[in-house]
Amino acid sequence: MQNATLTQTETAVRGRSQWADARARFLKNKAAMVSLYLLAALVVFAIFGGQLSRYTIDEIDWQMLGMIADLGGPSMENGHYFGVDELGRDLYARTLLGLQISLMVGIIGAVVAAIFGTLYGAVSGYAGGQTDSIMMRTVDILTSVPLFFIIIMLLVVFGQSILMIFVGIGLTNWLGMARVVRGQTLSLKNKEFVEAARALGVPTLTIIRRHIVPNLIGVVVVYTSLLVPQMILLESTISFLGLGVQEPQTSLGLLISEGTSTMQYGTFWQLGYPLAFFMLVLFCFYYIGDGLRDALDPKDR
Amino acid sequence: MTLLSVENLTVRFETPDGTVNAVNDLNFTLDRGQSLAIVGESGSGKSQTVFSLMGLLAANGRATGRAVLDGQDILNLPPRELNKIRPEKMAMVFQDPMTSLNPYMRLSDQLTEVLVHHRGMSKRDALAAAVRMLDAVRIPEAKTRIHMYPHELSGGMRQRVVIAMALLCEPDLLIADEPTTALDVTVQEQIMDLLASLQRDLDMAMILITHDLGVVASSCRDMLVMYGGQVMEYGKTIDLFEAPSHPYTRGLLSAIPRLDQQSDSLVAIPGNPPNMMAPPSGCPFHPRCTYADAGCSSHNPTLTPYQDRQRACLKSAEELS
Amino acid sequence: MALPTLLILVIVTFVLMHAAPGGPFTSEKPLPPQVLANIEAKYGLNEPLYKQIFMYLQGIVTEFDFGPSYVYKDRTVNDIIAQGLPVTLTYGAWVIVLMLAVGVPLGMIAALKQNTWIDYLAVGFSILADLLPNFIMGPILILIFTLWLGWLPGGGWNGGQWEYMVMPVIALATSYMASITRLTRSSMLEVLRSNFIRTARAKGLPERTIILRHALKPALMPVISYLSPVFVYVITGSFIVDAIFSTGGLGTYFTNAAFNRDYAVMMGVTLLTGGLTILFNLFVDLLYSWIDPQIRY
Repeated sequence: MQNATLTQTETAVRGRSQWADARARFLKNKAAMVSLYLLAALVVFAIFGGQLSRYTIDEIDWQMLGMIADLGGPSMENGHYFGVDELGRDLYARTLLGLQISLMVGIIGAVVAAIFGTLYGAVSGYAGGQTDSIMMRTVDILTSVPLFFIIIMLLVVFGQSILMIFVGIGLTNWLGMARVVRGQTLSLKNKEFVEAARALGVPTLTIIRRHIVPNLIGVVVVYTSLLVPQMILLESTISFLGLGVQEPQTSLGLLISEGTSTMQYGTFWQLGYPLAFFMLVLFCFYYIGDGLRDALDPKDR
Repeated sequence: MTLLSVENLTVRFETPDGTVNAVNDLNFTLDRGQSLAIVGESGSGKSQTVFSLMGLLAANGRATGRAVLDGQDILNLPPRELNKIRPEKMAMVFQDPMTSLNPYMRLSDQLTEVLVHHRGMSKRDALAAAVRMLDAVRIPEAKTRIHMYPHELSGGMRQRVVIAMALLCEPDLLIADEPTTALDVTVQEQIMDLLASLQRDLDMAMILITHDLGVVASSCRDMLVMYGGQVMEYGKTIDLFEAPSHPYTRGLLSAIPRLDQQSDSLVAIPGNPPNMMAPPSGCPFHPRCTYADAGCSSHNPTLTPYQDRQRACLKSAEELS
Repeated sequence: MALPTLLILVIVTFVLMHAAPGGPFTSEKPLPPQVLANIEAKYGLNEPLYKQIFMYLQGIVTEFDFGPSYVYKDRTVNDIIAQGLPVTLTYGAWVIVLMLAVGVPLGMIAALKQNTWIDYLAVGFSILADLLPNFIMGPILILIFTLWLGWLPGGGWNGGQWEYMVMPVIALATSYMASITRLTRSSMLEVLRSNFIRTARAKGLPERTIILRHALKPALMPVISYLSPVFVYVITGSFIVDAIFSTGGLGTYFTNAAFNRDYAVMMGVTLLTGGLTILFNLFVDLLYSWIDPQIRY
């Protein structure tokens, strides 16, 4: 009996110092820390930036019409901090909305895909045998299906609402996560400390809770953080084509699309601001994801 | 006739977490046709010693000292110069046969390229020579097997191929780094027999790294015991076996299980090998030594002659009896 | 593996079409009578669903006929696809060639000269390319080369003359070129650390021989299997390129079909790309097993 407690405390201690180790490594990673602060700033801006805007997202500034190239640039006096878009609407308010929507789609989409994928992969990996085979075959087949097209079809058929975008993007990106989690679960299942716990009669649920889940968290977190930029890119791509977010709502992808079409008139701010935010968001998530991966799996240099 | 003379060999590694002193002030000599065994636990610096001789240290490793092979100091030679020496004068067999061969190349290509490049042979001649060598290492049906890929052979056979590959240019010195550790016990004996007979036939010197003392006893004239990157004892195998004069050597020999004696438990040297980034002060072995006293933790013993051998211990041999 | 996938694809798209609220067959915009007649004849709309699917598949397999368009009364899906496919395939092929031709050597050089200025440059460039997805790269290229310098035409295809292909290909190739560079670099670094390379060094072979004969093949393996997602990316990315540069590839037709609710074209393009992807993956698998002697099918 004493031996059992010893094993349990040992593994618990081992786990804790792993986290402290990982956190220390992450904190040392300058790029990741900078990205973290930047991202936090962006999120704060997304939530509270609306307090500062003087216009709504679809209010047309009639004074600008016809002279946007000359008068529509960013200015502090008339309150259009980022200038106006081609229809005379305040770009600051619209960029803010675009940022909010892109962030939401990215993060929520990634979380949804992560949860579903993790559950699927963990169940498949731990069950093993036939169940695992069937579940993974399904994943294999679904991977070959061109998801981009399915998303578009879903959007076309069921309407281009934000909800549909969430559903479409979330539904189609859980496969990678499921694979990774299943692989990790499989290798964990066969590790000695799990066998030892089983031999000592520790109940299955406890094994999952104490040994499998903590070791999965690392992989899941890293993969999720890499999913977010993919989601944002996907949504931006779809919106860029005009098949995503609909007017008067907007996303960074849509704003960039509009901005590129008016470039020739010299209204560069219409492209510049949404583009800058877009690249900042991507940049932050890439480096945070990279930092997480380095922190949790230092062999991966 | 001295073939290789190693003086004051030190190997250090610069890592982000600090400097690792893998080998400290190693000295030994090797005569033509003679065998030296380097014995020690994992992490004692055995492999790094020979890697530094062969120019195979990792990028963050630095070797200092001298290693004179046939009149030439080969330590820290640039690769272009080293490539004239290896494998013509000095060749190596590594520990893990499963990963030592290139899985994407046929054996024939891997073998013939050595002869084509170093001896300027034609592909046909090289192939014939390689087949002869495979015969010499007792690989059955060498003519057909040579065109196979490494994964089509068993571990024991792969190691034979590796040995054959190393011997193609008839080197003066063969270094074998734990050549049988990864193999079955029955295969181990065959490989060791093979190495011994090849050594005789080719009049080759051999450095054998191993922690199998049985092998040392049967095939190596000299023995060098390493611990914590330093030499503990160095002399003729037979002398060290009959009358070990260092606590560590004693510990190693007494740890060999014996079939002719009854005992309830296996003898082991208590403790763990040192952390080479923060080695113990003084003698590296003192934390585990039953004879250690206060002086052992503050002074690092140097290699001093004793009878026909050299030992590094602050206690005299007589005190250990 | 291929068959179930395609089957699922067909079933899913078919079901989606019929699930559309106010679907194409009873849409708000009434279809011109000729189109309706065509569709009814082709799809046998009064038949049960599974029979419709079967007839559709039969048409594809036996005659490569994807059916008539839902919107253009005088065009079949085949006509539309036949216009767009060659364009997409042409510049798509160039994209893959460019990605490999630049990404792989860059990654190798970065690996061989690790931690020198070349390495940092290559890695830096790849980070930059990460942040420039095709829908950003495209307009930037147009800005520089069309609006400012006036060197290249800003759009169109013109039968595939090289001036019209340059910018679309570069725009599409850039972002994944970065991934390939990084992948090649880390793969090469890992191979160079492996035991069999150590053996090759011990054999006294010159560095050049070691890299080209011993390290290259194993280092390229991950890059080869990476070609599968690359292909998918090229297809979906081509839609963007079509939108930006008006090149008239499959993307243009698909996007238009999406706006017009022309489900026949959408389904046709979807199935076609699905089929092409599967074929390409098969090719990649074969290539992989041909190079890696440990895998034999």
